[in-house]
Amino acid sequence: MFDWRWDFAFEILPRFLQAMLNTLAAAGVGYGIAVVLGLVFALAQRTPSRIVTIVVRECVEFIRSTPLVLQIFFVFFVGPQFGIRLSPWVAGMIAIGLHYSAYLSEVYRGGLDSVPKGQWEACTALNLSTTKTYFRVIIPQALPPSLAGMGNYLVGIFKDTPMLSVIGVAELMQAANGIGGSHYRYLEPYTMVGIIFLAISLPAAGLIRVFEAWMRKKLGMN
Amino acid sequence: MSYWEFLAQNAPRYLDGTLVTIAQFFLSATLAILVALTAGLMKMSRNAAVRWTAGTYIEIFRGTSLLIQLYWIFFVLPLFGLTLDKFYAGFVAVGLNLGAYGAELVRGGIQSVPKGQWEAAYAISMSPAKRMYRIILPQAFLNMLPPWGNLMIELLKATALVSLISVTDLMFEAKQINGSTFLSAQAFGTALIIYYIFARLIVTPFMRWLERVMARKMGRA
Repeated sequence: MFDWRWDFAFEILPRFLQAMLNTLAAAGVGYGIAVVLGLVFALAQRTPSRIVTIVVRECVEFIRSTPLVLQIFFVFFVGPQFGIRLSPWVAGMIAIGLHYSAYLSEVYRGGLDSVPKGQWEACTALNLSTTKTYFRVIIPQALPPSLAGMGNYLVGIFKDTPMLSVIGVAELMQAANGIGGSHYRYLEPYTMVGIIFLAISLPAAGLIRVFEAWMRKKLGMN
Repeated sequence: MSYWEFLAQNAPRYLDGTLVTIAQFFLSATLAILVALTAGLMKMSRNAAVRWTAGTYIEIFRGTSLLIQLYWIFFVLPLFGLTLDKFYAGFVAVGLNLGAYGAELVRGGIQSVPKGQWEAAYAISMSPAKRMYRIILPQAFLNMLPPWGNLMIELLKATALVSLISVTDLMFEAKQINGSTFLSAQAFGTALIIYYIFARLIVTPFMRWLERVMARKMGRA
């Protein structure tokens, strides 16, 4: 029977607000890991060594084509087997950060490939060191075209945080499961979580679209 | 216990799980393609109400997480009198979620067909249905195949979530095996490898093959 109870909805709202902060924190920390690690993966595929390139490439493919939820379980349960105990938060952040670093490395790769060859040659001609070439010349130019893709994955990681509930990270989904289980009411908690996600991800996606259009214009891409 | 003994002991359960995952994959892929085509075409309709309906569906399913949609369909929908068995709830949720992403690909694919093709079909007085079916869709299909390849991988990964409503798929079996043997690295690692093999050696090559066949059929090889 359809019986939405407003009093119940308002009663559980404070718990959701707390959980929402955790969700945002999880998305933020996971994304931070992914941004840095993704760059490492992208740069590792550009070393002169073919073996390193192939191995890293295959690792990225592996992470990208296996389910995140399975990776979360893997990281969380495999540690203790070898004597390393990870808290749900640490395991969850490692798993989600690693997963998205594979996606972000592809975004960076596209950005790096878009830097004209002449820039590299100019760096060689000026006798710049590899580090200087990357950090002063190539990456600053590769970053702007990558920003839109990076923004999309920020929204993506936010939408994937509910999977962290499977190992007990206290985010929105976990809160909804807890409330549903203890009150035997699933209508309000799950619907409210859905609305909270919509209320955050739709404006965020809209902002990224605006930003992307602005960026394209600024780069003279259309 | 060596890994081979572990594998020999648990192979039947992994096989059962893999078969369920394959079934979920094909059912949700079929649903996603049908839904994507419908919603993608509706999004381009001249009727604002039709456009708005498709837009709402797409934004809701793209704006929230698959896990929320899955739980909503499984736990909340029965309150409205629509009870789905977990197996059906699983592939319906995955199909509807990925269908929303696919709808945008369909729209993009159709819009990428040059305007001259529409005009030419109009000039030889083809009916709108025939124009769509014979001229526009085949070309749009070819254009959107590469992103659909990625979407199929996403879909395969998404099916792992149905284990959370106790559909006995590969992920579910891995959890069970982990629970009974306490060999987490082997239990989850084997499942990871099976997913990887399925994605890398079956789904991706198939999509590449489809791209080649379509390109040849369209005379673009």
